[in-house]
Amino acid sequence: MSIRRAGQRGWLVETGALAVSHRLDALLRAERSQRVEEIVPGPETVLVVGSCDAAFLESLLRTALAPATTAAPGREVTIPVVYDGADLPDVAKMAEMTRDEVIRRHTASEYVVGWLGFSPGFAYLVGLDPSLRLPRLSTPRTAVPAGSVAIAGPYTAVYPSSSPGGWRLLGRTSLAVWDVAADPPSLLPPGTRVRFTAEAS
Amino acid sequence: MIHVVSPGAYATIQDLGRPGYAHLGVPRSGAADVDSLRLANRLVGNDEAAAGVELTLGGAEFRFEAGAWVALAGAPCPVTVAGRAAGMTTPTWVPPGGLIQVGMPAAGLRTYLAVRGGLAVPAVLGSRSADSLSGLGPPPLREGDVLPVGAPSGVITADLAPRARISPSPSVRVIPGPRDDWFGPEAVAALCAGPYEVTKDSNRIGVRLTGTALTRAVDGELPSEGMVLGAIQVPPDGQPIVFLADHPPTGGYPVIAVVDPADVPKVAQLRPGDTVTFSSRPSSRPM
Repeated sequence: MSIRRAGQRGWLVETGALAVSHRLDALLRAERSQRVEEIVPGPETVLVVGSCDAAFLESLLRTALAPATTAAPGREVTIPVVYDGADLPDVAKMAEMTRDEVIRRHTASEYVVGWLGFSPGFAYLVGLDPSLRLPRLSTPRTAVPAGSVAIAGPYTAVYPSSSPGGWRLLGRTSLAVWDVAADPPSLLPPGTRVRFTAEAS
Repeated sequence: MIHVVSPGAYATIQDLGRPGYAHLGVPRSGAADVDSLRLANRLVGNDEAAAGVELTLGGAEFRFEAGAWVALAGAPCPVTVAGRAAGMTTPTWVPPGGLIQVGMPAAGLRTYLAVRGGLAVPAVLGSRSADSLSGLGPPPLREGDVLPVGAPSGVITADLAPRARISPSPSVRVIPGPRDDWFGPEAVAALCAGPYEVTKDSNRIGVRLTGTALTRAVDGELPSEGMVLGAIQVPPDGQPIVFLADHPPTGGYPVIAVVDPADVPKVAQLRPGDTVTFSSRPSSRPM
């Protein structure tokens, strides 16, 4: 674990694990004493941009690393899904199971929002059933509709807005996970716990 | 109202961007050369954060329905207002119905047009900036667009501001890290030996450079991590990319060094073919 300079106004704190990143993120957001502009958790790091000193970050990192730390679990969001995605038949075939079994496994897991990236509001959800880990499409689609529920590698996600995309589409949700008029604009900030439920079309 | 007669090669509305949303995947965006937008705004009595137009290689024309004070800063262009020659970095009155014509800059890439009152297009997540990566904010200007102007506030206090010379071969300060240890021990020295040349595929997301390849000492993939403005990211081909305003908030290529925030505007003014030399020394500017 170390704290690295990321330019004159940034620090990259190595946490080594996503859960520690989330705990440090929560501690930093609760702390108002320093002038921090951005806190960006990643799988093994948290980037902090603003006016704050390394000693302060070190003390928070020690708290986040302490095994006794019992952070309050993140907020839980349930996402209703109509499982009629274009790639569902291929996913079932590649995973060697029925479509219903794909749906059962996708809805059985509890996911955690690891971090966001790719596009505004695009949340990488970790916790996918290992039997559903499949590579991205070899040819990405030029347009994936907003609300598409998809998988790629160890992750699942809901496309927050229409964009190009190479993830395999399992279904769609009518729940808006991204709304620039809302505060906060994302329903799925890092650390949010997520469940999917199957809904009739 | 301001009518866009011609936006030139590429023109967008920019303010100081939308900080505070990087953890939700939202780039900061905002003026690429933030110093020049701030200066142009100050000259017309605006808050420094008011929205103006960022021109790329000039070549733009705007017709003003009502009269307004304007100021230009950044890459120096020949300017005419209602047919008469006007200057850079000075408050200039555009009469009702007047046309402002901005020619090609002699040096530099981006010129900022501030209008007293600021451009009053709708804000998205607290900013009127056009983000070329995410598509948030107003789309790039097109011929025929009509831009609303806000109510003036503040006072015009300067007649003329001294303007920094824009160099086609600037020296830019960097701080090594956070991932300089992913490269060989000579890599930071190689980066600073330069110069690096700016390539054509540079934009508001990043300035792509070509020069001495920076070789990795560590193989494998870096897990995605947060990226800062001015980060010098090195993809597998070893040719560095300097992140500008619309950079992605996270990335997976190691960052060898980060450009001093005070020098990011110099990088934002580089055009294809210009060169940049990096030096590994801290800025004297306090944090």
